[in-house]
Amino acid sequence: MQDVRWNDPKTTQYVNKHVPRVDGPGKVAGTAKYTFDIVLPGMLYGKILRCPHALATVQAIDTSAAKAMPGVRAVIEMAREGATMRYAGQEVAAVAADSEEIALDAIRAIRVSYDVQSHAVTTLTAMKDASRVSAPEEQARGQDPGQFWSSAAAVIEEEYYCPVRGHLCLESHGIVFRWDADDRATCWVSTQAVHGVAGELSGGLGIPQENLTVICEYMGGGFGSKFGAGVEGATCARLAKAAGKPVKLMLDRYEDQVAGGNAPDAYMKCKAAMAADGKLLAIEADLYGTNGPGRGWGVPFPYIYGVPNFRVRTHSVSTNAGAARAWRAPGHPQASFLMESVVDELICKLGLDGVKVRQMNQGSQVRSAQLELGAAKIGWERRNKNPGQATGRYQRGIGCAVSTWGGGGRGGSRCDVKIGQDGSVWAGIGTQDLGTGARTVVAMIVAEDLGLPLERVKADIGKSSLGSSVGSGGSVTTASIAPTIKMAVLAARARLFETAAPLLGVTAGELECAKGRVQARGNPSKSLRFEEVCAKLPAGGISESGSWNGALQQGGVAGAQFVEVEVDTWTGNVRPIKVVAVQDCGYAINRLTAESQVIGGVIQGLGMALLEDRRMDVPTGRQLNANIESYRVIGAMEVPDVEVVLFDTHDKVAGIGEPPVIPTAAATINAIYNATGVRIRTLPATPKRWFDALGAKS
Amino acid sequence: MPEDSPNRRSLSRRKFLRGAGTAIAVTGAGALISTKVNGDATEPAEQGGTAQEGLVDVTLKVNGKTHQLKLQPRVTLLDALRERLQITGPKKVCDRGNCGACTVLRDGKPVYACLTLAVDAQGSEITTVEGFGTPEKMSEVQQAFVEKDALMCGFCTPGFVTAVTAALKKNPNADNEELRRACRGNICRCGTFNRVFEAAVEAAKKMKGA
Ligand code: FES
Ligand code: FES
Repeated sequence: MQDVRWNDPKTTQYVNKHVPRVDGPGKVAGTAKYTFDIVLPGMLYGKILRCPHALATVQAIDTSAAKAMPGVRAVIEMAREGATMRYAGQEVAAVAADSEEIALDAIRAIRVSYDVQSHAVTTLTAMKDASRVSAPEEQARGQDPGQFWSSAAAVIEEEYYCPVRGHLCLESHGIVFRWDADDRATCWVSTQAVHGVAGELSGGLGIPQENLTVICEYMGGGFGSKFGAGVEGATCARLAKAAGKPVKLMLDRYEDQVAGGNAPDAYMKCKAAMAADGKLLAIEADLYGTNGPGRGWGVPFPYIYGVPNFRVRTHSVSTNAGAARAWRAPGHPQASFLMESVVDELICKLGLDGVKVRQMNQGSQVRSAQLELGAAKIGWERRNKNPGQATGRYQRGIGCAVSTWGGGGRGGSRCDVKIGQDGSVWAGIGTQDLGTGARTVVAMIVAEDLGLPLERVKADIGKSSLGSSVGSGGSVTTASIAPTIKMAVLAARARLFETAAPLLGVTAGELECAKGRVQARGNPSKSLRFEEVCAKLPAGGISESGSWNGALQQGGVAGAQFVEVEVDTWTGNVRPIKVVAVQDCGYAINRLTAESQVIGGVIQGLGMALLEDRRMDVPTGRQLNANIESYRVIGAMEVPDVEVVLFDTHDKVAGIGEPPVIPTAAATINAIYNATGVRIRTLPATPKRWFDALGAKS
Repeated sequence: MPEDSPNRRSLSRRKFLRGAGTAIAVTGAGALISTKVNGDATEPAEQGGTAQEGLVDVTLKVNGKTHQLKLQPRVTLLDALRERLQITGPKKVCDRGNCGACTVLRDGKPVYACLTLAVDAQGSEITTVEGFGTPEKMSEVQQAFVEKDALMCGFCTPGFVTAVTAALKKNPNADNEELRRACRGNICRCGTFNRVFEAAVEAAKKMKGA
């Protein structure tokens, strides 16, 4: 069993092919039940009262009026008197009531007095207060960059800023919690880690982990913000206990945006030098950003390209705004924007070919080939050779950028496969499907190796009662679960062959599963229907499990993207026209859903480039756009043509959930420069920013 | 007496706003704004029965079935469908008309269920995504969404399916551009738009062929 490989794509019916997701029908017909959709008998509705001040001390909380309201079943103080509230939106108290409407009335009836202090809610304002800035962490290599400034062929010195962005999962964070006994409970959580949440909540509640079942059959997006059940999860459990009834507590859009996590910003002052042939020489940079009230901010910089001489100082800034969480490829989209902007400015100063210079300054052959392929697909030779020389209202240009990511798997998961005497096949693993297609991956791998139609396999996921699995972050899911599923189905199939071999008069080693039959390899005349073999299985059928096999996966993926834009020079509006995304994907289990992931990453990356920006009101310390109308994301009318190229590199599984979002924003900004000769150094590239940059240029 | 006089017995303006579930006053803004905007710090919420008062009988016709409910007038059609009738295809995302996830058909026309009061939806035929087909017997639009992988997490999907279905009902010859415009009111955070458009075009083709 040691020498296990992925199936040769030439022979497969599902794996490595385009396969529509198995839970698609339930999702399009509205029968798939998400956490937000759970309604239990007698269920109450929970609501949280949040602090309206960015920095304040709680002086007194009076919940008596809320408690007295008809229909209110439990009221909990989440903050103590004397507690410091560190951002506008932090939890103060919670209620559970017969209806959502009553719960809303009840939190309004809670009286809280605060001692309000002066706050700082953005990196740029907080930086002025030294006590909010951590001592810089310095990284350096090679010689002092300062010695290159006078001799290098091209030198730039600029500032860049990429703002805080939201996750905006369409299903907000939330939980439905039901106590089944004093020390036993079931909960539905919108989460990227059912097993992780089981550990988190059971620990917090002081009950044995096996007594808590966490369910997340479907979830409406996570993007890194939904690993834990969080403070609202624990609160919901407490409300349910106090009220003696199940409680549903889903954050509303406002709460989700202020308290449900965000992608941190990045501000950089940078000086950089390039040699006449395009070789990067030196970088000196100071980077600032905020994770919210806490510290520990940072992005990987210099990013991807080899810089022989650099000195980079990272300063983490503490602000009175909601805390950051992982956001699809944490730190990388920011790093990509900063690095690719710097590199592109130098390239353009020297009038060099951006593809060639990028190839020269990085070490991956895969990425080099991707740049070449992407350039051919987008028509790189059509770019402006002299940016800023075009005339006419609408000006087009092309830009590019590259990415890197891990995407390898982790051990510690277990998949169970059961084959019944009735021919039924069940496969279970405690992973979760964020929209990535994980459930389909389970069914595909099992169906493939048993030679059965996909719909014959019942794929069971999204429950902590199933075999352990990793949290879905870092693009590790597929590379973590696929090898495990493969090992489980091979173990089950070996048992099936043991039963079939004597019936067919061959050895188990000579058997294969194909087209619903168990047969002697390459000899369909010596075969039995799958069900005929199952009927002969020992009582109880087959129940086997598998664990992770690292030889079936490999991390380390590269990507390259090209973006073509059209700038309306009368309005400053930028319209993306076409994106070519070349993504290294190892051995793709499902090409259809892998492509969807890439498209999705590109769309989010375009949002980062053109629209997304958490706006804080400096005087009041509140977020101005904690909603979907003014925190804008890409919508139907902004969507360009997206061409995805899955770049097959080897025969091992790699995860690609995150990397496609990394280079899009940078490539878009570079395309705007190529179109108009206007360099936008602050995201997002709104019409105003384009005009500001145009003005700064002249 | 002016409409918004607090002394008017029947329905003060403030009560009406609370009662009517107007997006800004009640649902979307949530707890934080309420403490400020509604001035509750100086004017405590009424106590003693206000929350329960004024339940009204509401009759809703959804997917061909008639349902009798007792609701506060402020309850939206979306909350009535989801929390009272457990018809959870339409999703609650923004609760204020910005995302389209709650789209349902009202007498054949797409509306945001979060901006429609349940009391106002009486007398109309409401069709949700559940009314178009089932997982076993999908409509052409639903089928095309699955085949083209026009969904990822799927939370926006009922809204898109409904918007596209309505557009094709209105104009079976809708072209790519018109179908894209039909999705203007819908947000997909997973970024499935391109495949949604492909699916819409595919469904249009199939429906014409049939
Ligand atoms: S929930 Fe109705 S439009 Fe967003
Ligand atoms: S599929 Fe996730 S929001 Fe559209």
